[in-house]
Amino acid sequence: MRALEHRRPQPWPIRVAHWLNVPLLVIMAASGLQILAAYPKLGSQGRPYGWYPFQGAPPPDWTRLGDWLAGARHWHFAFAWFLTLNGVAYLLYLAFSGEWRRRLFLPRRDTRNALDTLAWYVRLRKHAPEQGLYNGLQRLAYTGSLALGILSVLSGLALYKPVQLQVLAGLLGGYDAARALHLLVLAAFTLFTVGHLALVLLHPRTLGEMVTGGRKPDA
Amino acid sequence: MPRLLRPSGRLLTRRTALLGAAALTTSACDSSRPRTGFLGGMERFNARFQSALFDADQLAPELPPSEDTPAGHFPRYFISDAMPLAPEGWALKVGGLVQRPGLLSLEELQRLPRTEYRIRHHCVEGWSAVASWHGVRLRDVAEHVGADPRAGYVEFRSFDSDYFSSWDRPSAFHAQTILAYGMNGQPLSPGHGAPLRLYSGVKLGYKMVKYLTEVSFLPEPTGGYWEDRGYEWYAGV
Repeated sequence: MRALEHRRPQPWPIRVAHWLNVPLLVIMAASGLQILAAYPKLGSQGRPYGWYPFQGAPPPDWTRLGDWLAGARHWHFAFAWFLTLNGVAYLLYLAFSGEWRRRLFLPRRDTRNALDTLAWYVRLRKHAPEQGLYNGLQRLAYTGSLALGILSVLSGLALYKPVQLQVLAGLLGGYDAARALHLLVLAAFTLFTVGHLALVLLHPRTLGEMVTGGRKPDA
Repeated sequence: MPRLLRPSGRLLTRRTALLGAAALTTSACDSSRPRTGFLGGMERFNARFQSALFDADQLAPELPPSEDTPAGHFPRYFISDAMPLAPEGWALKVGGLVQRPGLLSLEELQRLPRTEYRIRHHCVEGWSAVASWHGVRLRDVAEHVGADPRAGYVEFRSFDSDYFSSWDRPSAFHAQTILAYGMNGQPLSPGHGAPLRLYSGVKLGYKMVKYLTEVSFLPEPTGGYWEDRGYEWYAGV
């Protein structure tokens, strides 16, 4: 296996997993919103949670997939498998290729860099801190999105099987808490995607790299 | 919906014929009738996954009285325009692959061993609610009438506009699957399916048929009111 520092910025397994995520996350979010529309109250007995801001306001039609609750559930539970498989394949690739060292946030290594990068973004620093493929802040964001993916699958399983997987549901605080968490994960994914797209617009080179893989550093 | 297009004997009704005609007009990814094509295949895969995950010894957690849904807040659903009321002289018809088919009155059912529990109800719409339920385990009724081991499925029918649902045997024979004649220490109210309803810790709400009128032990699965309209057949929790 080629040493990490001589690899393309985006090896093909990373690119495949990344682009598969685009339709998968759209299908999961849209069918999830159709499921939510069936009953936009999250509390037990269908009563509202005080802090849920969209009470009585179902998601707009254009955000939904599946026509009605039964159809949306079929989409959701069909494509949840592919999202999970894609995530597991990605994690295995990270683990066995060593790419995790370039991409994951390691607190001891990256905290300082993340703070310095943040200071540079808000103009408290004149120069960008040293960085390899990614800076500390980017690593934090990508690691966070990976954690969100894991959390979405786990909270989804707890909602799907609250009795057979009751240990998991209990760890997440119970059925209703898992439901709230599942929706919070969607909100966090949406925020991540907005920020992600904004940064791609500011640095269009990264889009090319995610398509072609980019140039090898020593080429 | 291949299950319904493969009717066994008496199951070839006007209902299944209409459904068959409807199934022929569906396309591959039709969300309103998702039983065919790719989504249908994935549903059958998910049903197998769920039944593999099913553990007959796994019980829904029993909850303390403090978790009870306040009186009047437990949602009440039925299909008919008006609340269905039991016909005069109501009795449960038990049939199919059983040694002693016939009618069981409420008193006869109440003489069988009584089971009571307080568990969470999971509705497909996303809400949940808690109440205590008492009644007789379906497996005790099966023993009482001598149900045949070859009956791999159980069909439950309702006097509420022909509502019905069919279950896999392991879920139907689960220790928390009961024919409930009472709720929260009281006889079942008309809003919750009086005089007898199905209740269970292992299925979504729409599988738990209210206003029971007939239980049949069958060698083949049939569909269900919501299942025939596109909802998942297995629908375990």
